[in-house]
Amino acid sequence: MSSEVADLPDASGHFGVYGGRFVAETLIEPLDELTAAYERLKNDAGFQAELDRDLADYVGRPSPLYFAERWSNMLGGAKIYLKREDLNHTGAHKVNNTIGQALLAKHLGKTRIIAETGAGQHGVASATVAARLGLECVVYMGAEDVKRQALNVYRMKLLGATVVPVESGSKTLKDALNEAMRDWVTNVDNTFYIIGTVAGPHPYPMLVRDFQAIIGREAKQQIMAAEGRLPDALIACVGGGSNAIGLFHPFIEDSDVAMYGVEAAGDGIDTPRHAAPLCAGRPGVLHGNRTYLVEDDNGQIIETHSISAGLDYPGVGPEHAWLKDIGRANYVAVNDDEALKAFHDLTKIEGIMPALESSHALAYAAKLAPTMRKDQTIIVNLSGRGDKDIHTVAGLEGITV
Amino acid sequence: MSRIKACFAALKAENKKALIPFVTAGDPNPAVTVPLMHVMVEAGADLLELGVPFSDPMAEGPTIQKACERALEHGTSLRDVLAMVSEFRHTNSTTPVILMGYMNPVEIMGYQAFATAAAEAGVDGLLTVDMPPEEAGALVEVLKAVEIDPIFLLAPTTTDERVAKICAEASGFVYYVSLKGVTGAANLDVAAVDAKLAQIRRHTELPIGVGFGIRDAETAQRVAAVADAVVVGSAVVNRVAENAESPEKINEAVATLLCEMRVAMDAGPPKVGWFAKLFGTGK
Repeated sequence: MSSEVADLPDASGHFGVYGGRFVAETLIEPLDELTAAYERLKNDAGFQAELDRDLADYVGRPSPLYFAERWSNMLGGAKIYLKREDLNHTGAHKVNNTIGQALLAKHLGKTRIIAETGAGQHGVASATVAARLGLECVVYMGAEDVKRQALNVYRMKLLGATVVPVESGSKTLKDALNEAMRDWVTNVDNTFYIIGTVAGPHPYPMLVRDFQAIIGREAKQQIMAAEGRLPDALIACVGGGSNAIGLFHPFIEDSDVAMYGVEAAGDGIDTPRHAAPLCAGRPGVLHGNRTYLVEDDNGQIIETHSISAGLDYPGVGPEHAWLKDIGRANYVAVNDDEALKAFHDLTKIEGIMPALESSHALAYAAKLAPTMRKDQTIIVNLSGRGDKDIHTVAGLEGITV
Repeated sequence: MSRIKACFAALKAENKKALIPFVTAGDPNPAVTVPLMHVMVEAGADLLELGVPFSDPMAEGPTIQKACERALEHGTSLRDVLAMVSEFRHTNSTTPVILMGYMNPVEIMGYQAFATAAAEAGVDGLLTVDMPPEEAGALVEVLKAVEIDPIFLLAPTTTDERVAKICAEASGFVYYVSLKGVTGAANLDVAAVDAKLAQIRRHTELPIGVGFGIRDAETAQRVAAVADAVVVGSAVVNRVAENAESPEKINEAVATLLCEMRVAMDAGPPKVGWFAKLFGTGK
């Protein structure tokens, strides 16, 4: 695979026809300012040293690469390694990005942070770094998600953030993103918008990817140390796609490494209730970028469904759209029931309780591993821990916790 | 000459400024829209902005968000909006109509299909909020081929260099967003607008419309004193919303607001307290 693929986006933020900058005029100047600051700081030794120190001492990196031996043996195929992003501070990969963007905010002299959140993981990770830097933090969250994720809402409040329930539209993540954009356009002078995934207007898909690529860089070193060769396959769940791109990106030029992004099929991609734009949507423009969307024939965005709030989003990062079209990565979908089974299996077999998002990646690994030889290896990104989902899982089993 | 050009030329000859009301097509139901367009023209509107409903209107405040939701309850699509313009043109062949909305419905319809259908329906301009000129090349080309003006936004944050670049691409008129914020915001600063318009005029001869934050006859008058056109969105949509349950009252409510604005704009800058005399608000 040529290095041109790994070098994207181009100067205007495009991955092929995807990405770009589809925003109201007021936001162009602050996006230019952010792009310039990021280009300057990413090559600045002092900034990188500060970031590395935070990732080591505050986040707890590197995260381990764990060989799930018992589960691999039971599946009877390839060896499955888990990249343990669930062991990061705040319990998911999201903090890799919020640490980086908060440092950018500090260098830009912004005093106020805003973020959108679905499941609440990105909101918690944003509130956490804001608390540490003494910045005001406002988190927009769909009113439906506020109800579904009461634990994370309270966590954010404990961290000093203001959580604003968004009552417009479908009252979920996409509407929270709309509302965060509205806040940003109003308070653009003092406010930094920490976008939680590899979507949105340029430079966000690029800079969030760069902050998350620590996952893949570590995994590459760790698998080389453990196996002496590159893995045969990478698997990660894809909502907006930040944990997946973080794992994939350092391997893009290693063309023998297969990549599988796993979308949420909800009730099934042949039903109207799913959240799988790459598998069952088509290209369009939303939230500042051109990408695959779940939309109707008139270009209206359709409400999505997944058991996992973090995957319940009608769009996806533009780099994934590009990797799909050029065939470098494969995108598949796993439904609610399959993800739930993987959640229980990993918990019982390995003693690791995965987030329902990550359970989609695990469910696909359980399908793929048995088709592979025992000397082959798979790395699954275990993007978050499942504590936040206990209420959801218990509820499905009719148990009140 | 295009309808937009002819309209601004006629206004200039009379030393008047353009009043451009905005309504969301299909709000609160599709039957309301075409009669309301005619009523707005009778009440003093010079151009009309017709909002294309979208599920995720990122630049709108609560008023127009809710208008989109009401219109989408009836499934008002981009093709339905074009049909409304077509119907409006049966009896009005002079008032320019500008569609305002978001990119995705146009993307899904396809640029060429949209441009052809819009030109046939009698659309004069297209303003897509989330389409800066950097991304607009292919669309602008097909629009200009059918003589539909691409209307671009300029904002308080737009640098001088970009103002020049955008004005070079623009035709019809340019639209200055008067404040940092969403539609319906309340922090309009007319002196700051005036200063920015002077900067924009150094780069273009096109008329400049100003929108966002114009709520009543007084603000319309103050903005008209410095701009070529006054765009009124949320204030009009509020009149629609207040009467959403009894749509037969919408035409009168909107007409009353526009008449007040028209009278105030034509009376010129507030020098002698005429406003208080006319409307008794004491302003």
